[in-house]
Amino acid sequence: MGRYLLRRLGFALLLVLTVSSASLLLTHLAPGDVTTEQALLLDPAALARRRAELGLDRPLAVQYLAWLSGAVRLDFGRSLLYARPVNTLIGERALNTAVLAIAALVLATVIGLPLGVYSGSGARSLGRAAVRVASILALSVPPLIGSLALVFLAARTGWLPVGGMTSSGGVDLTWSQWLADLARHLPIPALALALPLAATLERLQSQAIARAVREPFVTASRARGLGRAEAVVRHAWPVSLRPVLGLYGVMIGSLFSGSFVVEVVTSWPGLGRLMYDALKARDLYLVAGCAASGAFFLAAGTWFADALLAVADPRVRSQEAP
Amino acid sequence: MTRRAALFVLALAALSLAAPLMAPYDAGLGFRDFLHAPPMRPHFQGVGAPVVHPLVLADRLEQRFEADSTRNMPLPWLGRVAGQPVFLLGADNFGRDVLSRLLYGARTSVGLALFATLGAVVIGTFAGAWAGLRGGWVDDVIMRFADFVLILPVIYVVLVLRSVLPLVLPPATVFLLVAGIFVAVGWPFVAKGVRAIVAAERDREYVQAARSLGAGPGRILVHHLIPACSGHLVVQATLLLPGFILAEATLSFVGLGFPDPVASWGTMLAEAGNYNAVARFPWTLAPAVAIFAIVLATNLIASPDEDRS
Repeated sequence: MGRYLLRRLGFALLLVLTVSSASLLLTHLAPGDVTTEQALLLDPAALARRRAELGLDRPLAVQYLAWLSGAVRLDFGRSLLYARPVNTLIGERALNTAVLAIAALVLATVIGLPLGVYSGSGARSLGRAAVRVASILALSVPPLIGSLALVFLAARTGWLPVGGMTSSGGVDLTWSQWLADLARHLPIPALALALPLAATLERLQSQAIARAVREPFVTASRARGLGRAEAVVRHAWPVSLRPVLGLYGVMIGSLFSGSFVVEVVTSWPGLGRLMYDALKARDLYLVAGCAASGAFFLAAGTWFADALLAVADPRVRSQEAP
Repeated sequence: MTRRAALFVLALAALSLAAPLMAPYDAGLGFRDFLHAPPMRPHFQGVGAPVVHPLVLADRLEQRFEADSTRNMPLPWLGRVAGQPVFLLGADNFGRDVLSRLLYGARTSVGLALFATLGAVVIGTFAGAWAGLRGGWVDDVIMRFADFVLILPVIYVVLVLRSVLPLVLPPATVFLLVAGIFVAVGWPFVAKGVRAIVAAERDREYVQAARSLGAGPGRILVHHLIPACSGHLVVQATLLLPGFILAEATLSFVGLGFPDPVASWGTMLAEAGNYNAVARFPWTLAPAVAIFAIVLATNLIASPDEDRS
């Protein structure tokens, strides 16, 4: 178990390093740099001074090594665009993305799993057919389409505020007011992100529980006098969780891709938007920092999902131990 | 499922090729007096072809139109009235016909996705087959690389690759570049399965028989092993296609795809991204409905028949 975790940790570090270095180098190779937009305003001498100030006139290898030596100490340098430490910027934005992603994950779980248990654990009925149809429809609403549709609904009906994380006037709100404001802005992006995930979870849970209720031990528990619902929830459901938990590891990636789109459509100030802005401005260090934190979350998410699987299912633990 | 999937892909290809032929107007043609004109409803009168009532600007300030129910006009395919365009799906912010743009956009968006899918399938097949057949370090290198691409969130890779390339380019170049980027992120999905199938099949009797008859590795690959993968290839193509359509929509939505005058579903949706506009002019969401329909069709094809399990 220990060696397995260590190998996973090494892989995660490699992933973070490769992804951030690759995006730094790619951005460096791109035409133009962060001063390109100022080139029209400044005379050549001032432009050269500005580039020297930012350290952009040094050879690529020197810039990269300077960045790398900071990065291994978890100092990702200063953003050329915002003139603030990359770490601070990412800290703020990563928190916002985490709020969105966790809300979506919780929403997907709360909607998807119970409906899946319901739709998979009994004979055909109108209710089960309805869940299945709704699930296939929700599965076909990718975050881009979902967020556009929800934004349209919200703007049309005025039920919920559209855009941003808080209302723009909310500068001197108390803590509880701020939280209430956030709670009104969160549902649209979170739901847009959660819908296809909830449907995926529902479908998988439904199939898994349908297999599990046919197991002899469920029949045995029924024979001992357990009610139908109790037999399903207490005996069949835990067994059916293994493939469902396995899905969470896969979902982290789609959560990331989806959150970029949702952040752009609903103006959610998250990591995805920051990375996009940094890419457009050729802000080398911010791009690399965003990529590093994204890769970190990706690795952490998959690691967490694996650990969850190992906790839930002893078979995995014994397999992985070399 | 394989048959249905193949039919679906072919139908989409036919649609994207034929779409511009069915468009009533040119995609770039703007009617300046009809900015954001609402959709015109066809009316059925007796046995003849349906007719529409022409729109009259009721309030220029609010950009509000009213249908003049005293006059009738034929559908755009059957006849034209000068100065009176027919918008069956409304008009956009430049007074361009949304239906025509949707159809021309299908050529761009679905065409791009098909092109990229074909590329990803071809490259994925050869990379996977080569890895499976050769084994050893070739296998290791190709598959490690494929695994690495697979764990990255696709849209970020596309975003980084696209944004490090020059931003302002002619549409044909954008088409090829974006297709190339999609192939680069799409081929591992194909290669992984192909490699597994080839590695399992290469020692089967029929392959040994072919080898003992003197067939070289190229012939075995093309005539024996790749046909064994055909089911997997069709399934992967069906899954990649809607993904690529969405990726194009996302790229163009954030301004990294096609430039505006080009009709693509992404550039059309970029307009619908404006909160105020979309609430008043919901018909600008038409491409979203088209994408939803394609993804839904894919899901219906790809979902296994659970009842028989």
